[in-house]
Amino acid sequence: MSIKTTVAGLLAATMLAGASSAHAETLRLLTWGSYAPEELIQKFEAEYPDIDVEVTFSNNEEMIAKLRATGGAGFDLAQPSHDRIYAAQLEYNIYKPLDLSKINTDVMQPKLLDGVKANTTIDGEVYAVPHQWGTSGLMADKSKAPDVKGWGDLCDPKYKGKTSMRLKRTILLGTAFAMGDNPFEAYSDLEKYQSILDKVADKLIACKDNIKAYWNSGDDLSAMMLSGEIVASETWDSTAYKLYAQNKNIVFVPPATGALAWIDTFAIPRKGKADDAAYKWINFVLRPENVSIMSASTGAIASVKGAKDLLPADKKAAVNAAFTDADIDNLKFFANIPPGVEDMEGRTLEKIKAATGG
Amino acid sequence: MLQKDFRRLALILLFAPFALWIILLILLPHIGMIALSLREKVAPRVYEYGFANYMDFLNEPIYWNTLLRTGSMSLLVTALALLIGFPVAYYIAKLAGNRTRGALFLLCLIPLWVSDLIRAYGWILLLRETGVLSSFLQWAGIVDHPIEFLYNDVTVVIGLVYTVMLFMIVPLVSTLDGMDNSMIEAGYNLGGNGFTVLRRIIIPYAMPGIVSGCIVVFMLTAGSYLTPILLGGKNSSWFTEQIYNQFISRFNWEAGAAFGILLLLFTSIVIWLGLKLSGQTLANTVAKS
Repeated sequence: MSIKTTVAGLLAATMLAGASSAHAETLRLLTWGSYAPEELIQKFEAEYPDIDVEVTFSNNEEMIAKLRATGGAGFDLAQPSHDRIYAAQLEYNIYKPLDLSKINTDVMQPKLLDGVKANTTIDGEVYAVPHQWGTSGLMADKSKAPDVKGWGDLCDPKYKGKTSMRLKRTILLGTAFAMGDNPFEAYSDLEKYQSILDKVADKLIACKDNIKAYWNSGDDLSAMMLSGEIVASETWDSTAYKLYAQNKNIVFVPPATGALAWIDTFAIPRKGKADDAAYKWINFVLRPENVSIMSASTGAIASVKGAKDLLPADKKAAVNAAFTDADIDNLKFFANIPPGVEDMEGRTLEKIKAATGG
Repeated sequence: MLQKDFRRLALILLFAPFALWIILLILLPHIGMIALSLREKVAPRVYEYGFANYMDFLNEPIYWNTLLRTGSMSLLVTALALLIGFPVAYYIAKLAGNRTRGALFLLCLIPLWVSDLIRAYGWILLLRETGVLSSFLQWAGIVDHPIEFLYNDVTVVIGLVYTVMLFMIVPLVSTLDGMDNSMIEAGYNLGGNGFTVLRRIIIPYAMPGIVSGCIVVFMLTAGSYLTPILLGGKNSSWFTEQIYNQFISRFNWEAGAAFGILLLLFTSIVIWLGLKLSGQTLANTVAKS
């Protein structure tokens, strides 16, 4: 075979490959671990054979950092929490406005939809709609720590060396509520917020002695809790529900001052290349039959009407064991983080980590 | 003439990947980091140039304490790695037979085939309160209640020494390998005891290997992230963690970049000091071994 025919063959092959990849669209999802169960991806790809789904698992901070690095390129759909969109969009311009007419918003719970819209509207454009919501609160082993009721109980000397928390902003906010302040109201007055943070820091530094270790991921938290090395911890409710399935004594405890609620959303990165596929995915996962599959994987509750009934049986039992209706009314939704607050909180967290409290 | 051109072309082609690598992956990113570190944010999307990020570092004791802590713990890890690695390397290079040598080298290599993350989790499984070691001690009746070995600085040091050991052993073996056994014999023949031979003959000969091993190990340790984070306790701060926090949790890339540059400067100064104190130069240590 002469060189010419080889080259021609190669060219033809690349053109073919190019043609087929131009035909198939790729939907690049940037989302939380467990927010794109394999079962749903396969179902989606079967329904839309010309769309390939690629998933990258991440968290709020890394999602923003990744999109910031590229100016909003590299992904077609992201799922940050509702309080993490406004400031990130103002500062880094990483999302594009949503076309709400392409999203089946009728199935969403109006209260959550309006809440997210209100939080993420800039210059009249809406940047996110709700997907799933859940809470951060406490988890306790009822048989060993029956009296854990509020954030402050993690510092109860009764449980010395047997409690844990994640050294992130959630515990700062929770502790502030437990001390009788409302940090979200103080967002508008950063000086006041700083004084609250200082009080919280003193409290958490004094509490360090009581803590076994700060957890980093749901996996270390689960391992410590299941092995009995700790008896109570700050947690995401979904982690607690997963453990409830393995040990009925481990329950989620909404703190007396109210569990902190987050809503994970859908937002489209500014340089996303597959908007249509992204809208298709959003509408696809909003369908009732798919909501059940999603909730089974995430442990969080969908933002659609009647979502609690769409939960798989074991998760429903765990939610019912954790929440009364009064607890639901008492939820504190994370307020938009104004620019600068992350830096103040970061400093406070560093101070706590560096202090030698025990 | 043609042949000369051809040779020049070959040289350029050979050199190109290396030059590209240095420029694209080392020089450019660092220039970018320096530029970023000199930027300060005054308002959303508004930036000015200045040294504010570096001043922040100097004015906040938490930051430079963490850097000093990271530096001193890295030195400790380097010293321990040398203490443990030297006899091992000596055994492999001088005492072991040809076949055992290959096997021993392989044994040192095997842990590297597993990722850092998995190795750290291995330590967690062994050392946690309900882990293998604690359970074994209870089973053996040595202690009567579970003991937590994890989440303190000792664990971090153990984990790091384990991770970097190979980088100490390899340069040591290769320098010791080149040493003529008759030099050691001569030392004994002239009436030296084991300690004198070690101090006057073996260590001076192995110095290039020792220095290059120490440099590599120190750099790796000071820049490591996973092991200190996973094994460290509630008080164990590591400087790379501060960099991560600045970049990721606080969205403060400017301060993060400044910290990165500071870490680079700090480790470079420590190594320069080490070379000065030991009377070595880079040319006759790292380049040689």
